[in-house]
Amino acid sequence: MTQNTEFDLTKHTVRELNAALHAAEEGSFTVLNTGGAHALACGLNAPLEVTLKGHAGYYAGGMNKEASVVVEGNVGTGCAENIMSGVVRVMGDASQSLGASGHGGLVVCEGSASARAGISMKGVDIVVGGDVGHMSGFMAQAGRLVVLGDAGADLGDSIYEAEIFVRGDVVSLGADCEQKPMDPAHVDALGALLRQAGLDADPASFTRYGSARTLYNFHIDNAGEG
Amino acid sequence: MCGIVGLFLKSEALRPELGRLTALMLHEMRDRGPDSAGFAVYDAPEEVTKITCLSTTGDTDWRAIDADLERHLDAEVTTTVVEDHAILRTSGDGSAARKRIIEIAPCVTVLSVGRSIELFKGIGDPDDVAERFGLAGRSGAHAIAHTRMATESAVTTAGSHPFSTGADTCLVHNGSLSNHNRLREALETRGESFQTENDSEVAAGYMSWRMREGDDLRAAVEHALRDLDGFFTFAIGVRDGFAVVRDPIACKPAVIAETDEWVAMSSEFRAIDKLPGVAHAEIWEPQPGRIYTWSHANRAAA
Repeated sequence: MTQNTEFDLTKHTVRELNAALHAAEEGSFTVLNTGGAHALACGLNAPLEVTLKGHAGYYAGGMNKEASVVVEGNVGTGCAENIMSGVVRVMGDASQSLGASGHGGLVVCEGSASARAGISMKGVDIVVGGDVGHMSGFMAQAGRLVVLGDAGADLGDSIYEAEIFVRGDVVSLGADCEQKPMDPAHVDALGALLRQAGLDADPASFTRYGSARTLYNFHIDNAGEG
Repeated sequence: MCGIVGLFLKSEALRPELGRLTALMLHEMRDRGPDSAGFAVYDAPEEVTKITCLSTTGDTDWRAIDADLERHLDAEVTTTVVEDHAILRTSGDGSAARKRIIEIAPCVTVLSVGRSIELFKGIGDPDDVAERFGLAGRSGAHAIAHTRMATESAVTTAGSHPFSTGADTCLVHNGSLSNHNRLREALETRGESFQTENDSEVAAGYMSWRMREGDDLRAAVEHALRDLDGFFTFAIGVRDGFAVVRDPIACKPAVIAETDEWVAMSSEFRAIDKLPGVAHAEIWEPQPGRIYTWSHANRAAA
């Protein structure tokens, strides 16, 4: 059995916590009295298991590599931003820019995420159990953003080759984002991702969105608009 | 970047704790706003009007102002000096008093006027400001407070938040307004007077103007959403309650938490984490462009 190390943030600083996590090569860690502190479990670079028992502030699990970080609460802005691999799971709600610019790995938010979820994502898979706010998937380049609830205005604005799947309603699609056909291969792949995320939903009930690719090249008719 | 906190007590039993809890919240927002801080506390309305003033030079002759006001208002005025602030109490007309003080005392900024509100502000560490003006010892029904990182105008005490230009109305702001100069001119022609170059003071003046025109708090905020251009999370205090609103783009953070005992808002959750019973609070991020209000008379979030 792996040894569990406890960190109580009323007794240790965030810097001490992160230094210990950076020094470890394996093991499981439980963080108590998180108190909404910023930058908890950031920059991990080993297959650790970290549980934050409470709400976290900005950038929780940011820049994660290989580790599995579970937040038993809500998170502030930029949770799992620039994640490279591993898993960051939020059991509550997430504020804006969830998984921003993430390159790989999996981000699961069991509650809802607010504005700009998956902004500029570059390969990460983000699965949100509830709703996402406006401008989610903005400039999303690669990876998958899956929303079991509804999506706010301007979904997938200026999207590149990321895929977006939404089960509920979409307030509006952003520039150059369009609905795409949902082929059996998409249903299978989405089903596998939902199972990996541990969220129960029928993959066939989702609508797929992606890039219309009209902004990829300069077009004279676009000049001078707005 | 700035930090905002607001605390609205549903429980009468907690009222003696209002200042202490607000100070705890303000402390957590120090690093969002190390330049200056301020707070407004709303207690049960007094029979008289309280005018909270700031001496920008520190050597104001409050007795002379008191005497002048008594003549001008034809009413008794009593003055309590707290550091570089003074609270003038009078049964006379509060807005006439405000106008008179601005006219005769260029080194005095009128911070607030009302039967409920008392408002204090200062430059430097927010904890020091809270300490200097005895925030922790104050009781009341609700409070809003602010830590400022200056972007749009100079770091001065007068330029610190909260801003108040109307009776028992004040506002704290995280963000920046882009149409404040034109709006200030428009409001001046409608009778508002401003004491700083600060964009947030324009928002406070706008709210006061709308409410003078007959808007209730919600209607005034609805108008503000239409007429104010820029980034904002506002917490707005009135005698009976407070409101929270974010601009539709919502770049500036906010979180609200509610229990049976209190409603709290802050820029970040860590300020709310210190409140009693927070483990049982309902916590959410206010939606962009949506208005949230609470009043003691009608305790329902809209």
